[in-house]
Amino acid sequence: MFRFPQRHPKHERQPGGETLLSDLQEGEEGRVVRVQGGHRLENRMAVLGFTPGAQLSVIQNPGFGPLIVSLRGTRIALGRQESKKVVITRGTA
Amino acid sequence: MMLRKDMVENQAEMEVKAPTALIGLAGQPNVGKSTLFNLLTGLNQHVGNWPGKTIEHREGFCKIGEREARLVDLPGTYSLTANSPEELVAREFVIREQPDVLIAMVSAASLEQSLYLVSELICLPAPLVIALNMVDVAKQEGILVEPDVLQAAIGVPVVPVIAARAVGVRELVAVVDQVLRGEVLVTPNLPDIRADHRDVQREVFRLIRDFVPEPYPADWSAMKLLEGDEEMTGLIRPLLPPENRARLDRLLGQHEDAMLAIASGRYEWIGRMIRAAVVNPGLGRISLTDRIDKIATHPQLGVLVLAGILGLVFWLTFSLGAPIQKWMETRLIAWMVETTAQVLAPAPSWVSGLFTDGVLGGVGTVLTFVPIMVIFFTCFGLLEDIGYMTRAAYVMDNFMHMMGLHGTSFLPLFLGFGCNVPAVMGTRVIESRSARLLTILIAPLVPCMARMGVVAFIAPAFFGAQATLVSWGLILLSLILLVLVGIVLSKLVFRGEQSAFIMEMPLYHIPNGRTIFMLVWHRTISFVQKAGTVILAFSVVVWALSTLPHGEMQTSFMAQLGHLLAPVGRWMGLDWRLSVALLSSFLAKENAIATLGVLFSNAEGSGLADAMAAVYPPASGLAFLTVTMLFIPCAATLSVIRTETGSRAWPLVSVIIMLALSTLSGVVVFHLATALGMGA
Repeated sequence: MFRFPQRHPKHERQPGGETLLSDLQEGEEGRVVRVQGGHRLENRMAVLGFTPGAQLSVIQNPGFGPLIVSLRGTRIALGRQESKKVVITRGTA
Repeated sequence: MMLRKDMVENQAEMEVKAPTALIGLAGQPNVGKSTLFNLLTGLNQHVGNWPGKTIEHREGFCKIGEREARLVDLPGTYSLTANSPEELVAREFVIREQPDVLIAMVSAASLEQSLYLVSELICLPAPLVIALNMVDVAKQEGILVEPDVLQAAIGVPVVPVIAARAVGVRELVAVVDQVLRGEVLVTPNLPDIRADHRDVQREVFRLIRDFVPEPYPADWSAMKLLEGDEEMTGLIRPLLPPENRARLDRLLGQHEDAMLAIASGRYEWIGRMIRAAVVNPGLGRISLTDRIDKIATHPQLGVLVLAGILGLVFWLTFSLGAPIQKWMETRLIAWMVETTAQVLAPAPSWVSGLFTDGVLGGVGTVLTFVPIMVIFFTCFGLLEDIGYMTRAAYVMDNFMHMMGLHGTSFLPLFLGFGCNVPAVMGTRVIESRSARLLTILIAPLVPCMARMGVVAFIAPAFFGAQATLVSWGLILLSLILLVLVGIVLSKLVFRGEQSAFIMEMPLYHIPNGRTIFMLVWHRTISFVQKAGTVILAFSVVVWALSTLPHGEMQTSFMAQLGHLLAPVGRWMGLDWRLSVALLSSFLAKENAIATLGVLFSNAEGSGLADAMAAVYPPASGLAFLTVTMLFIPCAATLSVIRTETGSRAWPLVSVIIMLALSTLSGVVVFHLATALGMGA
């Protein structure tokens, strides 16, 4: 389903309907595509459950500072920089 | 056929030597591992460090059936990669020490994540028993886990427990006993790498199989190599024949993303394991944690909540702790000093002086801070145990960013208001080494109770009604400098490095008295031990310096040192007596007052403050207070910095920073104050 992109300054358009975790609003859901920014971060986040295909939802995203997501039944706080590196597709399917 | 006598003798021999066992306790942070460890070992535990590391090592003894089992608490880690010393320590233990049983703790309230560590542990040779904790917390969220189904799926015994209420522990011990006696066959169902990488894994395994050194398992090593594990790669590559090594390098180079396939494979396995075992009708329900967090993690309200809670902690500490401290000072210590003086009356006066002024004066004064610390630690421990502290870190994260730090640094720094020693020790929770170092370096700028005590004592004499204003001003100055130094250090020294901020936020849960008690106990004991050793040694040295060679302070070595430093001191408006007092505060901040008391001999209590006010202009008083506030960390803090950083260089750096800050501030304040008319 087509959605108008959210109005966020410095918003990076990702190919194919993908967006960044930092752009998700509270209550929205998404599916992890990949984590950018180097192996270290990618692996660390994979251990915590941010693997390709993982389902998550945003519990809190004030637009600045860290945000809180629910992933695999656990709440995880993520820094803004880190959330900008998680590429997701919106929705649940 | 043995003679009966022999049989009886052998039997007796066997009974004398009860069998022992080595048991490891593993689990992710926040699953309640320490609660279980405390339950199993009681006070029979020993806390130290893993050899050569600054990672806490806890072990104890517990009875499993007829055995005396040695239970080792492994550091809480999310996985077993080579990326942190904690993980390395944990996996080295399992591989090298080969425990007879490994108890893996998972939380029913966050089952998928906490099973990740199990998915790693299960590939190691030690027999596994899973302790499924927090079934009550999970039930509150509407999550029901069926341990039997989980057990059947994983192929490993699963025992439900509620560690916080000591439920299920007996059953757990019984199961571990069965495994030890070989009555239970553990047949684990192992996770596999994601399908698209199976061939690669087989190939790697084939290449290294014959060259993997004992005691590392070959298949586990193959997986680690694919993960890009630096330690295993460094270990195995050199042992391979050149052809294998070249093939391996090529293979690994082509599949740099294999770690994702491995992690995915593990989560796929986890998914299968829990699909049958977890019944979760609670989806979409707003839990209690959510409701509290609506406020606790709210960008604005959350800060207010934090301020309120911390204010409460402060208030409790002061209103309960200060009177107890006063009592200890005036009654207990004074009584001890009197008694010691009486007992040592027949001995030469210097012996009596050594004990009353040196030992009791130094150590005793510091010990009077124990009640304050106990209250502080208890409040903190309580907040930690219910799960609030992660919310505090979340809320402070934005602010800490200015100094290149994360919210996780805020908590140890706040501990510094009580005493810098637990603040420095508390930095252990910070994952990144550079962030930990930076936090340790700025921690001494948090004004501790001892420093505030000195200020509270002297300020009124100089500033009368404005004393409170002056005190707050000094505290503010210290904190502003803390932020400035933090910013400078992070830009210059740590070059704006920032580690990733990823933090699990556990569900709120009922605090456990035993866990909190153990936390407070260990923190207090380590402080007391420090007081007992470092401070005792320094107490004697300072006492010696201030009495030798003639038995009075005016002509002592310490005084000579003070005279030596007088020219520098004069820039700040301090004469040799104030310089000497400053030097003695190195030992413990409150010593400044004791030393001044001696130097202005005959002036005691409030008489001292007035005596000083009569001699020094307010500008000097202000400068002295400023310098005291920012002076080098006390001996105990420096000693803890040394142990926490594992080097002698960092305490030195800390001394240099504080020395520079304090002298500069002293000079500036003195001249500014004089210019404003507070001078002589």
